[in-house]
Amino acid sequence: MSTRAFGARIRRNEDPRLLTGQALFVDDVHIPGMAHVAFKRSDYAHARIVRVDVEAARHMPGVLAVFTGPDLGDFWQPSPLLVPPPPARHVVFNQRTACQLAKDKVRYVGEPVAMVVAESRYLAEDAVEAITVEYEPLPAVVDLEAALQDGSALVHEDVGSNVAAHVIQTKGNYDAACAQADVVISRRFCYDRGTAAPIETRGVVAQWDPLMGQLTVWDSTQAPIPIRNGLARMLGLSERQVRVIAPFIGGGFGPKIMMFYPEETLVPWAAMRLGRPVKWIEDRMENFLAMTQERSQVHHSEIALTRDGRILGVKDVFLHDTGAYDPYGLTVPLNTQCHLLGPYAIEHYYTEFKAVFTNRIIVTPYRGAGRQHGVFVIERLLDIAARELGLDRLEIRRRNLIQPDQFPWNNRIIAQDFTELTYDSGNYEAILDLTRDMVGWDEFQASRQSPVVINQSPAPGNRPSKARGIGLVLYVEGTGIGPYEGARVQIEPTGRVTVVTGVGTQGQGHFTSFAQIAADVLGVPVDSVMVSTGDTAQFNWGTGTFASRAAVVAGSAVHSAAVMVRNKALKMAADQMEVAEENIELVDGYAQVRGVPSARISLAELASRANPLRGAVRPGTEPGLEATAYFGPPMQTTAAGAHAAIVEVDLETCDVKILKYAAVHDCGPLINPMIVEGQVHGGVAQGIGNAFYEKLVWDEAGQLLNASFMDYLIPTAREVPHVEVGHVETPSPLNPMGVKGAGEAGAIPVGALFAQAVEDALRSAGIEVEIAEIPLSPNRLWELVEGAGAKML
Amino acid sequence: MANRMNITVIVNGQSYTREVEPRLLLSDFIRHELGLTGTHVGCEHGVCGACTVLLDGVPVRSCLTFAVQAHGRAVATVEGLSADPQALHPLQEAFWQAHALQCGFCTPGLLMTLLPFLQENPDPTEEQIREAISGNLCRCTGYQNIVQAVRLAAGSMKRRK
Repeated sequence: MSTRAFGARIRRNEDPRLLTGQALFVDDVHIPGMAHVAFKRSDYAHARIVRVDVEAARHMPGVLAVFTGPDLGDFWQPSPLLVPPPPARHVVFNQRTACQLAKDKVRYVGEPVAMVVAESRYLAEDAVEAITVEYEPLPAVVDLEAALQDGSALVHEDVGSNVAAHVIQTKGNYDAACAQADVVISRRFCYDRGTAAPIETRGVVAQWDPLMGQLTVWDSTQAPIPIRNGLARMLGLSERQVRVIAPFIGGGFGPKIMMFYPEETLVPWAAMRLGRPVKWIEDRMENFLAMTQERSQVHHSEIALTRDGRILGVKDVFLHDTGAYDPYGLTVPLNTQCHLLGPYAIEHYYTEFKAVFTNRIIVTPYRGAGRQHGVFVIERLLDIAARELGLDRLEIRRRNLIQPDQFPWNNRIIAQDFTELTYDSGNYEAILDLTRDMVGWDEFQASRQSPVVINQSPAPGNRPSKARGIGLVLYVEGTGIGPYEGARVQIEPTGRVTVVTGVGTQGQGHFTSFAQIAADVLGVPVDSVMVSTGDTAQFNWGTGTFASRAAVVAGSAVHSAAVMVRNKALKMAADQMEVAEENIELVDGYAQVRGVPSARISLAELASRANPLRGAVRPGTEPGLEATAYFGPPMQTTAAGAHAAIVEVDLETCDVKILKYAAVHDCGPLINPMIVEGQVHGGVAQGIGNAFYEKLVWDEAGQLLNASFMDYLIPTAREVPHVEVGHVETPSPLNPMGVKGAGEAGAIPVGALFAQAVEDALRSAGIEVEIAEIPLSPNRLWELVEGAGAKML
Repeated sequence: MANRMNITVIVNGQSYTREVEPRLLLSDFIRHELGLTGTHVGCEHGVCGACTVLLDGVPVRSCLTFAVQAHGRAVATVEGLSADPQALHPLQEAFWQAHALQCGFCTPGLLMTLLPFLQENPDPTEEQIREAISGNLCRCTGYQNIVQAVRLAAGSMKRRK
């Protein structure tokens, strides 16, 4: 097994447990005596609470307790601010975070008002039905632009407006650049809300052990260590008294980050107060109403170019919906500001946003986390510019790409990790060319030269019934942000290796890719490396899995710790065999003398000898073949990619079928290409949902109208095409393995691609439509096409 | 409290008798009464397919079925396919080989949908496979590797016959 594990398509260590139903998810935790929770939630988007009557509920069968806001005493408190505003010059930030149970006012449909604990979930839900809440309804703040007009209702009266934040960032001098321009293009773009919809909803189980003074919490979180630290603080316990376990998690995609959701803090509190294990599992409707969401923004954007298509500058002013509260700071709109710049050399940039409080669910990162919007804006502007200037869509992009010798490329604005947005490495033209070839761009365009009309129909106007189009868009993605992660690697006396890290895992294959990293360094088989993630009793420090960072930051920590263990093993083996260290290599679980495979000692034996029961050791010796290492990157790594597709639009129904899809990604050297490609496939599927099927629809009263899987359509196997994935590997100089993140990439450019390809298809049928919004749907596209009737060529 | 009923259900070949409320869902019965937690619950309104089990050999949504409806009938769950990580069923093996799962939450429902499908369609086309799994939502994989796994499984299940 001396072949390298890094880079190999190794099947996953975790799968046999998942495939046989043996993997533990939060709802699989069963503890004798466990009580169950259900929540009474607000029916109104915006209302004053006049009275909450829980008396009848308290006397329902099987009810152990009912809690309202006032019942929480000192525990009733605003959730922590998770990400502070950036230290930039023009930043206003009005911090408003939610308390666990609304006391005076509700600010979104689904906000928890009371909590029932009962002997079963069925009985708890019965009791919720018996709770009555008297409300005085207030006008709901739903529309972003209307929210800022005089006379709008205020989500937080004490703020004095609905402005949650106001940020201006500049690079160069846009106005001066604009004055030099041959052409300036301005447009309004909208990107609306969707929900992450992990198939496993949220869940929390908590058990207080008074004998040990120990609180154990199983939580569907992406970030168990921050949750442990926060719970300890809120409950008046030492961090050592709280153990948070994020077991197998059924998809996270962002909203399961360290949110300190009301349910997440109330369940442990109730377990301590009642002296019973307590479980809450979110149902699907609650997931639609109370798990955070993302995407709503409205942009007014402008691009200034020369006649030959060179970008002189971009100006973008946008509104960002933060929902009813803003616990996650400005991560999402900052990502939008940064990712608008894409792979292009844009010297002059003015970007300004207002984050707006609305009576909708809180907005926090969901796979892509604001990046989609920025990519959509710049790619749309380039498409429109190409059309106006009579340039090829790929050519206008090519002319503006940052070149391989221009890295590091400093964009001189502040990124979500508060560093100056600097691209560490990249090779964008190679990505563009590979994607073009993979999708068959030239062949498709050539086939167009001969005017073959597909499925000529006898419809009125002699219009073809179907039209095909092609699109290609590029993006960069800031990945692998700090602050840090850590890992502990140990060779056990059995010869097996354990790798422990603090990040959580939600299907990304950490049990395998981290094992691959350690296996190579230590010269052992991948399946002899057992990885533990997400248990604060196993590892004490870290942040979590988000921002496409686990492989970069935790992976680099695993690598460093494994190197330290390797050095320890080599030194010991050298001493034991009386050979110089540099003459020893680690192969197949043995330390052996180079060229003399018979002179060897097993790592298992070394591990035993490293932990003697008797005798003396050299002073300063640390026991065990074990080491702990931390990795903190100086700034984010910059992944990049391009997606291209050929689509077919049914001109009568406006349904869109994807005939071919190619995705090229550069996340540096691939630890496990199979896993990376899986991440891209899944991201593209979510992107397709976001582009054409998934839109949360609200009425003016702030009621979500499609809060079920019957009405909110997640793509099925019928909608998601085969995705061809290609790789360009430009190593990052920022970590020892050169890796960059891959988790979010697939989802990021799909909206922009969809718009371009669909527009191209319609244009080929003589229909002039400019798509300025995502999500679309067959209905919405049909409206746009009908509206374009007058513009028919 | 509602009246309770005595039911006997054969699950994965083993007989279980329990007293249950008529409103108890089959999914909750399997998971919480019998402790067979391999069957997962994703939406509780019959769309996502994560809770799919076989009732007398036919795939059903256990979240849309009451436990009392399974009285006297045979239920098969993912644990019945194989609950031993060391001894996978060819369908499970194919999912492993093709990287057809990421978080793995929807996987048991997919496996239980596919088992009778492959028994009836030993040599399915891609179109048939996509149709067969279109009632199971997966949020991680984009389905591509699931389709590939079904192809692999069809081959190995045929060879096993």
